[in-house]
Amino acid sequence: MKSLEELARIREQAKQNLQLRESRDGIKIVVGMGTCGIAAGARETMNAILDELIKRNLSQVIVTQTGCVGLCEQEPIIDVTLPDQPKVTYGKVSPDKARQIIANHVVNGNIIGEWVIRSDKQ
Amino acid sequence: MAFYRAHVLVCGGTPCELGGCRAVKDTLLEEVNRLGLSSEIRVLETGCLGPCDQGPVIIVYPEGIMYARLQPGDVKEIVEQHLLKGRVVNRLVYHEKKEEAKSVVTFESSDYFGLQERIVLRNCGRINPESIEEYIAHDGYRALGKCLTEMEPAAVVQVVKDSGLRGRGGAGFPTGLKWSFTAKTDSNQKYIVCNADEGEPGTFKDRLILEGDPHSIIEGMAIAGYAVGANKGYIYIRGEYKLSIERLQHAIRQARELGLLGTNIFGSDFAFDIEVRSGAGAYVCGEETALIESIEGSRGEPRYKPPFPGVSGIWGKPTVVNNVETLANIAPIILNGAAWFRGFGTEKCPGTKVFTMTGDINNEGLIEVPMGITLRQIVYGVGGGIPGGLGFKMAQTGGTSGGCLPKEFLDLPMDYDTLAEAGSALGSGALLIMDDSHCIVDIVRCFMKFFKHESCGKCTPCREGTTRLYELVTKITEGKATNEDIALLTELSRVMQTSALCGLGQAAPNPLVTCLKYFEEEFGAHLNGYCPTGVCTMPVANVKVG
Ligand SMILES: Cc1cc2nc3c(=O)[nH]c(=O)nc-3n(C[C@H](O)[C@H](O)[C@H](O)COP(=O)(O)O)c2cc1C
Repeated sequence: MKSLEELARIREQAKQNLQLRESRDGIKIVVGMGTCGIAAGARETMNAILDELIKRNLSQVIVTQTGCVGLCEQEPIIDVTLPDQPKVTYGKVSPDKARQIIANHVVNGNIIGEWVIRSDKQ
Repeated sequence: MAFYRAHVLVCGGTPCELGGCRAVKDTLLEEVNRLGLSSEIRVLETGCLGPCDQGPVIIVYPEGIMYARLQPGDVKEIVEQHLLKGRVVNRLVYHEKKEEAKSVVTFESSDYFGLQERIVLRNCGRINPESIEEYIAHDGYRALGKCLTEMEPAAVVQVVKDSGLRGRGGAGFPTGLKWSFTAKTDSNQKYIVCNADEGEPGTFKDRLILEGDPHSIIEGMAIAGYAVGANKGYIYIRGEYKLSIERLQHAIRQARELGLLGTNIFGSDFAFDIEVRSGAGAYVCGEETALIESIEGSRGEPRYKPPFPGVSGIWGKPTVVNNVETLANIAPIILNGAAWFRGFGTEKCPGTKVFTMTGDINNEGLIEVPMGITLRQIVYGVGGGIPGGLGFKMAQTGGTSGGCLPKEFLDLPMDYDTLAEAGSALGSGALLIMDDSHCIVDIVRCFMKFFKHESCGKCTPCREGTTRLYELVTKITEGKATNEDIALLTELSRVMQTSALCGLGQAAPNPLVTCLKYFEEEFGAHLNGYCPTGVCTMPVANVKVG
């Protein structure tokens, strides 16, 4: 260890891998993983989301799952929440749609209105 | 870059290990693999989370859901329901043992953790103790870097002095002052010793700190070395602490690889290295001069003081001996400053204290709370009260060398000075809680047996005294003692307290003296041949009829 800068470099790198355990208020994606969701392809959607996040190096995004919310015909359903913004729920999210949601909504902040099935009022 | 959507932290502390956390972890890995989740879910081991009686414990992030008392058979359900489908398995979630227990508890939101303030345990249960990168991610080694690149050694000593940090090994001696004695000496060789002997019955904090965050000790020792001018450190650790030893050795290797131990650390001309020495389990070897004898390869017997180790320690060289917990406080103090540290605890005892709660208490385990918190807050708040609806009889603070305090002292602030005034000690932070089904004389007999066994025999007051104390107290439990025996016990205690060579013999009478004072009636009953709790077997002739 030669300098504080060298330590800072190691710290920044290591921090990325730990963000998941630290932040509670970052970008959040929740995938519906009830039996209905899985039957409708939620696993594939989840895989596409994870793959896209890796490709884009978006390690700060938190991905979790939830059970059936009662809108089985709309599955796979995902919620996207950006910091300080209301939750947006998308329905019938295929792997391909999931990738587009990440590109447009998560990265650029543009909600894809036509796929939205519900959006919390602010 | 790997991207994991969930991290599962398996508590790998010794209590959880005894409960079978290895099997839980193995099953987790198998199940995660079976469902093809291994690229999404990271399973890793961490240090102790605290609620040791609830092990094996795991935490699932990002939600921070904590599961307790897991068996390998429970794991499948957690993986299939929670990790795959996102449904928390309520049945297995950690429950606070209190009247109105919340059902789903996240790591941070429980009362158990809510009353706590984590400085020493900042990383325990949060990082993988075998990863130096995770330690660095949490500001690890930044304090050492700051010292070596921006501070003079004297300034480091000054910050520690200003912080008011007092030694957590038992005596509460001001750490900055201790360092300044050694810093002042003129010697070509000085040493830093980390006292990890942890012989006090009921104390297991140092073990869990070492298992959960070994780098914090390495960093604290290196800073101490820079502050006083020492380039060599020893960690004296009891041989039974296998996992701690492994983790420490692993951590030392990692620190050497990154050049955080060795020469020219942070480009300075400061060099420091650490060696681990294991002890063979004698209680007296935790006493600093006996410990030094043991490191030198001799029989572990205390030396006469003065000279104190700070001036003449290992091989006659100036040596700072500090407890594990003391050293774990150093890096945060350097980084955040003395004033920040004084923001916790009390005026005379700033900071926090790690306690190990055992005995008749709902939440047995490891906690860290601000100094000055009351016994009641610990027992009935963090501790969750006494099981089985029984009453509080007494708390022994400070381990077996500490005193026993009855319920009148429940509102006593826990700090070095207040407890010393009450005839007890804060000591190492062991907290033994007993409910009212126990007989106080019988308990004291057990304590006395411990000292009789552990006395090293070097000085007469302790060698003879501990044996006689045990014999006399046993006599009381047998209903054969008289008032003269009590007078003899009192006199013998006074002699030992004032003339034994080291703290072992000086403190051995503490539990007896406090109990004679606070439970006079119960002792009196025994003299009359009657044990109020029915624990002691009394001679038939003495049993009162009617
Ligand atoms: C019989 C006896 C046993 C002790 N055992 C320990 C021990 O296990 N761990 C410890 O840190 N200090 C122990 N001490 C206290 C040490 O002598 C010493 O005061 C302490 O390590 C100093 O560190 P500190 O200033 O950081 O508290 C013991 C003292 C006595 C008299």
